[in-house]
Amino acid sequence: MTEMQREVLKIAMPWLFMAVFLVVWEIACVACQIPEIILPRPSRVFEVFVQRFDILLRFCWDTLWTTLIGFLIAIAGGLLLGLAIGASPFVYSGLYPLLIAFNAIPKVAIVPILMIWVGVGALPAVITAFVISFFPIVVNVATGLATIEPEMRDVLRSLGATRTEILTKVGIPRAMPYLFASLKVAITLAFIGSVISETVGGNRGVGFLMLSASARNDAPTTFAGLFAIAIMGVAMYAVCALVEKRMTRWAFRGEIVT
Amino acid sequence: MAFVELTGVSLTYRLGKDSTLALADATLAIDKDEFIAVVGPSGCGKSTIMKLVTGLLPASGGEVRVDGKKVTGPIKGVGMAFQNPTLMPWRTTMDNILLPMEVVEPHKRRFRSRRAEYVERAMKLLRTVGLADFADKFPWQLSGGMQQRSNLCRALIHEPELLMLDEPFGALDAFTREELWGVMQALWMEKRFTGVLVTHDLREATYLADTVYVMSRRPGRIVLSKKIDIPRPRTLATTFEPHFVDLVHELRDRIHQEHA
Repeated sequence: MTEMQREVLKIAMPWLFMAVFLVVWEIACVACQIPEIILPRPSRVFEVFVQRFDILLRFCWDTLWTTLIGFLIAIAGGLLLGLAIGASPFVYSGLYPLLIAFNAIPKVAIVPILMIWVGVGALPAVITAFVISFFPIVVNVATGLATIEPEMRDVLRSLGATRTEILTKVGIPRAMPYLFASLKVAITLAFIGSVISETVGGNRGVGFLMLSASARNDAPTTFAGLFAIAIMGVAMYAVCALVEKRMTRWAFRGEIVT
Repeated sequence: MAFVELTGVSLTYRLGKDSTLALADATLAIDKDEFIAVVGPSGCGKSTIMKLVTGLLPASGGEVRVDGKKVTGPIKGVGMAFQNPTLMPWRTTMDNILLPMEVVEPHKRRFRSRRAEYVERAMKLLRTVGLADFADKFPWQLSGGMQQRSNLCRALIHEPELLMLDEPFGALDAFTREELWGVMQALWMEKRFTGVLVTHDLREATYLADTVYVMSRRPGRIVLSKKIDIPRPRTLATTFEPHFVDLVHELRDRIHQEHA
């Protein structure tokens, strides 16, 4: 196999696997005569996807922007809190247990509370997306800061650097690869958050669309919604991965970037 | 008056209930622009002396004075180089070398306005160590020896009065190490600063230093202070002359007594 063929195959692999997955699913549905209401065939889902594309697009758009706003707030908040936790052992020991406790709470449980506080609409979805994607960002940024080499710190301290200077010259640049790595995890979590909120109690977004479709026993539309979420998730993940490579070329030692 | 003075300095590391006496009663005086080396068996507290002089660690007993002032916290503007080059992978070699200029006064204040001048100064240093073509490369694109050269440049760019070297050539191969001795000597002869070199290589200590201090086993104390009366510039050929070899032997014998 030539180098060229190898490259082409590498790019084709994900599509190939997806095609195999869908074909197996299709055959299994037909062969076992699974009723559409339980598990629709992918071809049928695709059909509905195309038929109802305009509706899907509208609902997806709602989900997408609420997710992204929640995600952006999570980046800002996670970065700030992560820096605080990583830079100060006192903040670390004080806040970390609280954060873990908070992270352990199932986010489904807080949606009804949010509804009481802020009503239905976009806001609960934004807040849920924020709350769920916040934690990995905080933990990663704090880890990046906490693992500065002691010698690096000594070099700066003996030059007379202040704590703030050590943070800006070493801490923050060092935490960046950790931050960008966490974004890939956080963005998919953010989608989970906003869709949970829309499903539990909402009047908008893909979650709501799926909920009302399944209430009508319209399984193909429900699955079309699932597909739409998956597509958005993969697309946003790809964006985050791209940003990661662009911003922290040094962490990859320039190897991956071409 | 001596530039760096240690009088009866001791240091105890505490970790929970355990306490280890790392350094006991270290007394030494380093003149201004003198280059000294500290050698000794491993774990004898050589690196501890460095941290005490720079104020990174507070002494448990005794007194450390630099330039007549008692050291109570990290003293500012010291140049430091460790065995690990600790260059920042997100900065180019040039930007790494300029780091002290962004931190040390008075350069910090005028860093923006006089950047070009500082870049030229860094280039001059890079030329001295033979890295002129690598200024725009990242540290991870350099070999270990090149990284250590950049590290020396970074330690010297702000022309510190005091340079602390903690086994800076320890991780390099023998050829690169001997070459860098020459580079170090040339830098010292040109800039003249007070240098403290911590090493376990006796030839390295004898090559570079005016005075070599031998430390005892832990808890470390200074058991021998040896003036190296070989004129500079010393070369690799010097290291094979009988007098040089005798000096190294004398140091080695004293350290062997510690291991006995």
